[in-house]
Amino acid sequence: MTTEPAGLVVIGASLAGLRGAEALRQGGYDGPLTLVGAEAHRPYDRPPLSKHVLAGELRPDATRLPERTRLSARWHLGNAVVSLDRSARRLSLADGTALAYRKLLIATGAEARPWPAETGGGLAGIHTLRGRDDAASLRADLLAGPRRVLIVGGGLIGCEAASCLRDLGLPVTLVDSNSAPLARALGTWVGGVIAACLRESGAVFRPGTQVLRFEGDAAGRVARARLADGSIVEADLVIAALGATRATGWLRGAGLMADPGGLTCDAACRVLDMDGAPCPDIYAAGDVARWPSRLYGDRLVSVEHWGNAVEQAAHAARNMLAGPDDQRSYVHLPAYWSSQFGINIKAVGLTEGADAVAVVQGTRASRRFLAVYGRGGRSIAAVSFDQARWLPAYAEAIAAGAGFPPILDATDQPRIESAAPGFPSPRVAARSTEAVHG
Amino acid sequence: MKSATDHPALRVVVDLNRCQGYAQCCYAAPDAFAIRGHEILFYDPTPPAERRCAIERAVQACPVRAISLQAGPDDGDAL
Repeated sequence: MTTEPAGLVVIGASLAGLRGAEALRQGGYDGPLTLVGAEAHRPYDRPPLSKHVLAGELRPDATRLPERTRLSARWHLGNAVVSLDRSARRLSLADGTALAYRKLLIATGAEARPWPAETGGGLAGIHTLRGRDDAASLRADLLAGPRRVLIVGGGLIGCEAASCLRDLGLPVTLVDSNSAPLARALGTWVGGVIAACLRESGAVFRPGTQVLRFEGDAAGRVARARLADGSIVEADLVIAALGATRATGWLRGAGLMADPGGLTCDAACRVLDMDGAPCPDIYAAGDVARWPSRLYGDRLVSVEHWGNAVEQAAHAARNMLAGPDDQRSYVHLPAYWSSQFGINIKAVGLTEGADAVAVVQGTRASRRFLAVYGRGGRSIAAVSFDQARWLPAYAEAIAAGAGFPPILDATDQPRIESAAPGFPSPRVAARSTEAVHG
Repeated sequence: MKSATDHPALRVVVDLNRCQGYAQCCYAAPDAFAIRGHEILFYDPTPPAERRCAIERAVQACPVRAISLQAGPDDGDAL
């Protein structure tokens, strides 16, 4: 039996969990507050892990986040929640602790997709890069001086890692199934700029193919990769940068709409039960949450970015403290940043479904530009490469549902020509998620 | 290299969505903030406690209020 009083419990000692807890206190809640985290660390910042921590400029423990409010919280760290009993309003933790709650904020985030065991995933030297411990372990392996690092996946993490490793002078090969890096986020038309940066940096970029399996040496350490095009890449260190799945496995049996694609919520951040009814006492925020986005036609989206963790957690916390007749909808224009190959990349909106892209400031050739994405004649997203000063104006136009392109005849604007953005077809898993949830 | 354990009292994070590269933090606290390339902000998330005044000036100088600072003691009962 639990000895702690039932109060508000935040599951996930992450950026979203911390900001949610702060918002509860700032919103006037002065009762018992508990934070539960699967990792042994107080909330830390992820973006530096794939940049300055890999580069050795910051130690992994330097990423611990500032706590901006006195939380007066009870912390359970290194102790994951393993099950949720909604009828008893009780959580079970990995160490056997039972924790009663009055209301919950679920911010368990996402988990790096590991390389499958049946094709070599168990070999030493194959890393993922999501948590602080991942970064520390990868950094230690980098210091040992690998002969060649193979990065699988040219998304944001894969490209940031490639940029960092080339700065360290390490031989790098990056394999991606698309024709350009960042294809899923930005399309191949924009991603081609990063393809050129990759090659210029001295990395070997292998587009349009896949790693079939890894093979190890006698000691069980990865030695080479066999690719779908029949070639072999000798590599003794691998970074599997294959994206993430939402950390919802512990909710199996809880009767909620949860799967590896997310935990479905209503617009007020309340979690939905299997009948699609919102639970009045359970909220979700950050990477794990999937909610109907008003700016994108009420499509269910989950947004794995820093800014969403901060804003959604504060919004959910606000609703947790408000009455049932005062539940406000979360309206959010997704935004993220990345730095790689010396370029500051910032983006707003969701590019999914874009049928056109146009450079509206600068040029791709100069690697300083702002590009806007359109869908059916409306502007839905924008990305800047070292041109961040233009982005707020475009973010405003996108949030307002402006036509495509949204701003014409601006000073210094080039002649605007639309191109095909070059997005790969959706992943099979993404399609089935859409089918289940309409 | 900076370690959180060397200077446990000071922690900084910058909202880089909000940051517009005005670089006022770089003037206020040049030991903790720097612009790299055209507009990449690099900062020290665990500056030493003796830089507290400079970091507080940087927080105040940021035109878009993108910098968060914890200068006080830690809260709670674990770690």
